[in-house]
Amino acid sequence: MASLLNKERPPVFCPGCTHDRIAGILDKAFQNMGLKGTEIAMVSDIGCSGLFDTFFHTHAFHGLHGRALTNATGLKLAYPDLNVVVTMGDGGMGIGGAHFLSACRRNLDLTLLVLNNFNFGMTGGQFSATTPPDALVGSGFLNRLERPLDVCKVAASAGATYVTRCSAYRKDLAKEIERAVRHKGFSVIDIWGICTGRYTKKNKLSPGTIEEDLSHLPPFEGPVEENRRAEYGSLYRETAKTLGPVTPPVSLEATHAPPGEGRQGVVILGDAGQRIITAGDILCLAGLSAGLRVTQKNEYNITVLRGPSISEVILSPEEIGYTGIERPAAILAVGQEGVGRRSPLFADLDAETLVIHSHDLTLPRTNGQTIPVDFKAQGIKLPERALASLGVLAGFGRAITPEMLESALRAQFKDPVLAPSLELVHRVEYLGG
Amino acid sequence: MGFALMEGNEAIAWGAFESGCRFFAGYPITPATTIFNTMLRLLPPVGGVCLQGEDEIASIGSCLGASMAGLKVMTATSGPGLSLYSEHLSFAIGSEIPIVIALVQRLGPSTGSATRGADGDIQFMRWGNSGGLPVIALAPSDTKDCFLLTMHAFNLAEEFRCPVFLASNKEVSMTKEGLDMDAIERPEIIDRTTPPAGEAFLPFDVRSGSRVPGFLPIGNPFIPVRQTSSTHGPDGYITTDPDRIARNQERLRDKILSAIGRFSYHEAYMEKAADTLILTYGVTARAAKDVYDRRKGTDRPVSLLVLKTIWPVPEALIREKAEGAKRIIVLEMNDGQYVREIRRVLPGKQVDFCGGMNGRLITPHRIEEVLTHGQPAQ
Repeated sequence: MASLLNKERPPVFCPGCTHDRIAGILDKAFQNMGLKGTEIAMVSDIGCSGLFDTFFHTHAFHGLHGRALTNATGLKLAYPDLNVVVTMGDGGMGIGGAHFLSACRRNLDLTLLVLNNFNFGMTGGQFSATTPPDALVGSGFLNRLERPLDVCKVAASAGATYVTRCSAYRKDLAKEIERAVRHKGFSVIDIWGICTGRYTKKNKLSPGTIEEDLSHLPPFEGPVEENRRAEYGSLYRETAKTLGPVTPPVSLEATHAPPGEGRQGVVILGDAGQRIITAGDILCLAGLSAGLRVTQKNEYNITVLRGPSISEVILSPEEIGYTGIERPAAILAVGQEGVGRRSPLFADLDAETLVIHSHDLTLPRTNGQTIPVDFKAQGIKLPERALASLGVLAGFGRAITPEMLESALRAQFKDPVLAPSLELVHRVEYLGG
Repeated sequence: MGFALMEGNEAIAWGAFESGCRFFAGYPITPATTIFNTMLRLLPPVGGVCLQGEDEIASIGSCLGASMAGLKVMTATSGPGLSLYSEHLSFAIGSEIPIVIALVQRLGPSTGSATRGADGDIQFMRWGNSGGLPVIALAPSDTKDCFLLTMHAFNLAEEFRCPVFLASNKEVSMTKEGLDMDAIERPEIIDRTTPPAGEAFLPFDVRSGSRVPGFLPIGNPFIPVRQTSSTHGPDGYITTDPDRIARNQERLRDKILSAIGRFSYHEAYMEKAADTLILTYGVTARAAKDVYDRRKGTDRPVSLLVLKTIWPVPEALIREKAEGAKRIIVLEMNDGQYVREIRRVLPGKQVDFCGGMNGRLITPHRIEEVLTHGQPAQ
């Protein structure tokens, strides 16, 4: 195959820079593989490695600093047959560390070439994630205080399936790049090179010293046996095939008459874990079964099993504007934390508001019509009390009727949950009822 | 016909799905997470991709990659995530990458309150990019808006090749309502335009009569396509030519601003006898509509303008609706962000503000107080 190098835009690196050499070798690898420009996407990071997209007649995506792997991930998932090659420096490795770890863990079929030259070339030779502590760099003494990152060790421990560490002067680098591109999964080559513009002005680094340094490190060469597994994209598509299509949410037709006229607000006050939101859902479904407009506004803390849980439901024959409730038709109080959170609500009530409450709660002073329920005596557990109080509410014909409630339960639950739920709302009794 | 019980976030996901969105990536964050949950149910079974990014940066970053590969893409977050979107947002603006961003606002600043609503990121959406170019933002008031405006958002993103925000709020996105999906009149689906056949392709070349370059996907088997975050000319290569740079910047600005008349979505309830216009957007529109309804036909009517397009500011629409009003009251769930725009657009008019940042909805009662007693102390 012909060279894919862009003759009009030759590499523009400093004399002696290994990036220049790697660009040529990468082109050779593409040629050896017989790839056309449209079969490759070069995704480049920021800095000197970020110039690579311009050298080739291929698809090209010049991304953001440290984020090239994220851009490449979207490209590859959208175009699984594309050969996606990412170039990133040691700078991008540092700033994009989280993305590197994720790419290793995910094992999407991308090839990452880390053009590792131990400093930030473009901005003045500052230290990077791989700068040795004894190097003289543009960050004063700061690199002496930190420890450099071993790219390959990190890659292997994060689950990369192909990891190679080598010198930019390696004789068969084109062949090695080809192997990495052909590998089905995430492959990383940590290519050690020389920045003549900055780094070697004050530090001794040559092809020979690179070889010497590499010989003291544990070798990484190709597939990482203990990480071997399926490629992410194929696995994703295979798994997705086993999933059934999603049907739109169930619609309820209006089959009942509502018990009263006008807008009815119901506030359910409980504790986290009492299925308050589910009770709110059922109340809404009951409203829909009578052709009413409904809104449900919920309030809870971000803690999952602690704190108050509140559901405010409005049922109305008219469009509902404001979703808050200023004068509720009913309050269902089944948990002390919810009552505590909304205690000011109770003071403004008049006898028009039903306050159906667990008899053992401490309620604020109120002029509402209080209806105590001894749930415990009826064997109704804490998580069932909100649902049970809907049965009491329907019994009073306030906001909903027993028929509406039954339709809602049938829409919300299937057996084995449905039968005991129906039984619960039928059998619940209030004190003095 | 029948009504389904749906959360605003579910409606956003369904709207995206019907628009042809086949790539979603997001990072879990209250109150936006249920968009991710719903997209995860919707996309994989039809061959689409729903990805949980390692963070918000990765989420929007992979969306931009997938969008350049030709897919319709969406991501969803709240204020803390928007902060992390910023650099990719700038990239999408400057390099004309279509994406819909569902921003479900919560009470800030910072981590703030995950489960309390606000419209606190209104100016952040507009100015949270480097370079200051305009963005499009649509603000839903209810579940139906969530569905419909998401579809409009996709159409706008595709047509103008730009990011489009769906500026939601916990109080819209996590509130459930009955929705008759079958009864919603959908807009016609718009896809990004391809370049004219038979001519040499340049990724950012704009033909006469258009302000938006034709799109070819990265990965297509015929022509290599370039994308770059650097300042570029029509060929997608870096340029330092000041005239070329200026022309491109002007085009990026004008392609959005010049078209605002075509997508100034709103609801207007105008009363001839009213001397006051209530102007609002988002969830607060619901309380305002209650007040409008109560006063309609009385001797104290008000007019109401609900903006559904908030960025760019639909200036002509606002001027037209405010023309006969002696007083404008701007309501918003923040300490006064959009009111700045209204004062700018309506110099010489009395523009009062009512808002707040306490996680509570603005009530009809409070709006009545402002109408009756004038501007509240701030």
